[in-house]
Amino acid sequence: MIRVVLPSHLRNLAGVGSEVTLEVEGPVTPRAILDVLEARYPVLRGTIRDHVTHERRAFVRFFACKEDLSHESPDAPLPEAVANGDEPFMVIGAIAGG
Amino acid sequence: MSGVRVLVGTAKGAFILTSDGKREKWDVSGPHFGGWEIYHLKGSPVDSNRIYASQASAWFGQVIHRSDDGGKSWDTVGNEFVYDGDAGTHQWYDGTPHPWEFSRVWHLEPSLTDPDTVYAGVEDAALFRSSDGGGTWKELSGLREHGTGPNWQPGAGGLCLHTILLDPVNPDRIFIAISAAGSFRTDDGGKTWKPINQGLKSEYIPDPEAEVGHCVHRIALHPSRPDVLFMQKHWDVMRSDDAGDNWYEVSGNLPSDFGFVVDVHAHEPDTIYVIPIKSDSEHYPPEGKLRVYRSRSGGNEWEALTKGLPQSNCYHNVLRDSMAIDSLDPCGVYFGTTGGQVYGSANAGDSWTPIVENLPRVMSVEVQTLS
Repeated sequence: MIRVVLPSHLRNLAGVGSEVTLEVEGPVTPRAILDVLEARYPVLRGTIRDHVTHERRAFVRFFACKEDLSHESPDAPLPEAVANGDEPFMVIGAIAGG
Repeated sequence: MSGVRVLVGTAKGAFILTSDGKREKWDVSGPHFGGWEIYHLKGSPVDSNRIYASQASAWFGQVIHRSDDGGKSWDTVGNEFVYDGDAGTHQWYDGTPHPWEFSRVWHLEPSLTDPDTVYAGVEDAALFRSSDGGGTWKELSGLREHGTGPNWQPGAGGLCLHTILLDPVNPDRIFIAISAAGSFRTDDGGKTWKPINQGLKSEYIPDPEAEVGHCVHRIALHPSRPDVLFMQKHWDVMRSDDAGDNWYEVSGNLPSDFGFVVDVHAHEPDTIYVIPIKSDSEHYPPEGKLRVYRSRSGGNEWEALTKGLPQSNCYHNVLRDSMAIDSLDPCGVYFGTTGGQVYGSANAGDSWTPIVENLPRVMSVEVQTLS
């Protein structure tokens, strides 16, 4: 089971708590997690990545295991600790705006 | 029993102000969508329970909400705004080609006849329409592709389509305005469009009388006389008597003809309102006096409406979508400021009272007249 932590605005939008859990089949990658997340919560489509290009929105970051994975390939496997549920995959609203 | 519902979009959420027909005591609900920028929300003229809201964030993009119970509860609807075909380029601030990129919905205009049909004016400038209550959106690409699009250049606020006027007499006619491209009209339901900027003079562009490139801030019409349009341009208050084919200036004795809002009295088609702002580099009222100006002659002769408004040390702005007029008699006039005040007048502007005073920056004000 994959654990995903969302920023508060997206929790409110999706109507979820601080953490959601997802079943992801196959390699656990950012793309695979977001595909499942958006399928379960369609209101999140377009809020984390672009509808068409699926590129990460500029002020959204992906953290896991104390690493910033935002610039990794969306198809790169995530750390084992994320894949086995020990650590969450964190979607972060970047600190910006002063 | 009659009443009004004022829909206020702010930089940090939406607020709904309701009152009975006297418009003396107000209930305030909100913030709805707290923390999100609400550029605009507007109700359907044929179903007052149906309200559309544009919720945006630099972080999380565009979300559209719909209420079917007058704003008590909201459902998220479609937020996929994809330009039709190869979007091409418009001009960037430095004159170089820049790809068309969707960033946000500035204005939502519900159909005059069908609560499930709503238009969206977006940045980068384009017009979209939904016929399923906001579930899906399709671009009316004839506007962007009619020929002048590659020459459009953004204003300081972005290349935004901010005004949509639906003609209540001719359902195939729509007027729109874009900063900083100008005004455009379709006479065939959105298939084909033409610029309607003849008569505008803008000294801040290389050819002051160019076909496009004018920074139109807002246009307005009275439903009984939709061929007469009023415009607040970047500088100049303008009027057209032929559906935008030709414009002439009606700034008259205004203390400044810079501003953002323009609106028309509910029952007097020649009574119009503007709020002068000192200049484009000083976005506050002249002399620190917040004054609404009213013309009862369709322009040129203006009277200052000041009763109840701050007449010293007021340095807020009033943004382009932040004035609205109800259809009671006498009509109510409402406007919001960047300082978070929403003022209302229950007597067509003769006197004003603040309805709320400490909201976030007000982005838009609309009003629904409830029967």
